[in-house]
Amino acid sequence: MLAFMIRRLLQSILVMFVVALIAFLLFRFVGDPVNQMVGIETSVEEREALRERLGLNDPVLTQFVRFIAGAAQFEFGISYQFKRPVAQMISERFPATLELSIMSAIFALLVGIPMGVYTGLKRDAWLSKIFLTVSLVGISLPTFLIGILLIFLFAVQLQVLPSFGRGEVVKLGFWSTGLLTTSGLKALILPSITLGLFQMTLIMRLVRSEMLEVMRTDFIKFARARGLSRRAINFGHALKNTMIPVLTITGLQLGTVIAFAIITETVFSWPGMGLLFLQAVQNVDIPIMAAYLMLIGFLFVLINLIVDLLYVMVDPRIRVDSKQAL
Amino acid sequence: MSETPLTPRAGEQNALLRFLDSDILYSFRQSKLTMLAAAVTASYFLIALFSPWIAPQNPFDLAGLNLLDSLTPPSWHPDGVPEFPLGTDDQGRDMLSAIMYGSRISLAVGFASVAFAATLGISLGLISGYVGGAVDTVIMRIADIQLTFPSILIALLIDGTVSGLLPSVAREDTAFWVLTFSIGLSFWVQYARTVRSSVLVEKDREYVQAARLIGLKPLTIMARHVLPNVLGPVLVIATINLALAVITEATLSFLGVGIPVTQPSLGTLIRIGNNFLFSGEWWITIFPGVALAILVLSVNLLGDWLRDALNPKLR
Repeated sequence: MLAFMIRRLLQSILVMFVVALIAFLLFRFVGDPVNQMVGIETSVEEREALRERLGLNDPVLTQFVRFIAGAAQFEFGISYQFKRPVAQMISERFPATLELSIMSAIFALLVGIPMGVYTGLKRDAWLSKIFLTVSLVGISLPTFLIGILLIFLFAVQLQVLPSFGRGEVVKLGFWSTGLLTTSGLKALILPSITLGLFQMTLIMRLVRSEMLEVMRTDFIKFARARGLSRRAINFGHALKNTMIPVLTITGLQLGTVIAFAIITETVFSWPGMGLLFLQAVQNVDIPIMAAYLMLIGFLFVLINLIVDLLYVMVDPRIRVDSKQAL
Repeated sequence: MSETPLTPRAGEQNALLRFLDSDILYSFRQSKLTMLAAAVTASYFLIALFSPWIAPQNPFDLAGLNLLDSLTPPSWHPDGVPEFPLGTDDQGRDMLSAIMYGSRISLAVGFASVAFAATLGISLGLISGYVGGAVDTVIMRIADIQLTFPSILIALLIDGTVSGLLPSVAREDTAFWVLTFSIGLSFWVQYARTVRSSVLVEKDREYVQAARLIGLKPLTIMARHVLPNVLGPVLVIATINLALAVITEATLSFLGVGIPVTQPSLGTLIRIGNNFLFSGEWWITIFPGVALAILVLSVNLLGDWLRDALNPKLR
């Protein structure tokens, strides 16, 4: 167990190292940082002085170490485009993205699991067929298209929900939240559905296939033979056994949700990190790109690590396997 | 798998006969939905291929456009005219023609990036599985790291970086290739992993050992003996990947980092039309959107069917 954890930890550090290396190479070699910071009329000597002051003439290895040390303190320099510290810009926008991601995950779980259970238990009901068709459409439609269609329907035609922004936000210390005002909550509805729809279909299909699998197993047959109620079998035994993979996938998908937030945030002009990153890509604003890459990389590695460790704790069979793998 | 028409060394005549008699064709005939999806996909391919000849108008020829025609609604609308069945955009461009040309570009990017991803992935998978050792470890670790991140994020990053490296004048001309490269590079892992695991199984089979014994070179063994055995799953991945690649292209173009406005793909058309959504000209964005959705849905259905048809466990 300990060996597995250490091994997994080392792997995570390696991934983080590679991500940091890519971010650093981006930062250092795509475009010239000095050119981006000064005007056209700056003389060569001044440029050289700035270069020296920023430490761009030091050996690359020294610069890399300095970059990592900076990143560890969440220090990524100044944005080329906005001339403001990147760390400050990202932390301003982080709450918006996190609230959106969590709301969409809640939506995906609350709608996806019941639909999955229903389609798993009543395979041939017409409602199941409708659910499955809808899920296929949900998987096929690109996120941005779903967003546009929702905007067209609810904001342009029916005019009941806002199509952009966060609505009114309340400041709680450094955290700005849209969950406490009506306009903030209303503004959350369409983006959360857009972002969560793909996860919802995924969860629904997963629960369905797991349910189908579990219902065929001997212990369910035995539970039936014991005369347990249908309800106890379906929810107490079958659904409970589908929850481990569902929670794993949901956990792993959290990273994907944050990545897909880029698209949703663009469609709905949601002032989150994703929109910031996209604007940075369009304008080749490397410090923001590098910082976002590091942050996302860290989140992904952290989520993967937690899910893996939880899995080992929950399922004892993996512990045995991992010993053989070592 | 031996029932499939994929075994290349069987005689031409023989292969055709076997194909007509195969389970695959049978299961294709059994499913009406699959046949519909195949028909829709095929018509998209034909339209994409022949759009310069069958489209009512050349949407890129600015001389052929008339600004007086701009923002015409679809023909069934009271203000619509039969000349423009799906209406026109702000420059008087016929939407139907724009969608035909747009599908052409979307599919071109899709095919090119799938071909690139498959070539790269299959080669690396073969090498990784057959050579093993340190090479295998390095390739698979890179694959693991890449798999940690969603492919759309990787495509976006590569696209952003490469565009950053290129001078801004060249960006418009190279957009197609940059996009193909980014999407292809974000999809290779799946091929590599599938091929590698098949190679590991096939490698120790008697027929491969025999081929090795009679002194065939590793390259020949891989290409002629191992590769045909892994083509089935690769074909399934490629089909599903085509849908994904088209979605990725459309998404990147919609986000404004993909195909430029001068040669719009479906995603670019949706991006352009999105600006008109609130002023009532919904057809500029909804029609390309529907066209994209139908294309992706049909390809996905085909991919799903192919996966089930090639999976002997489900027969």
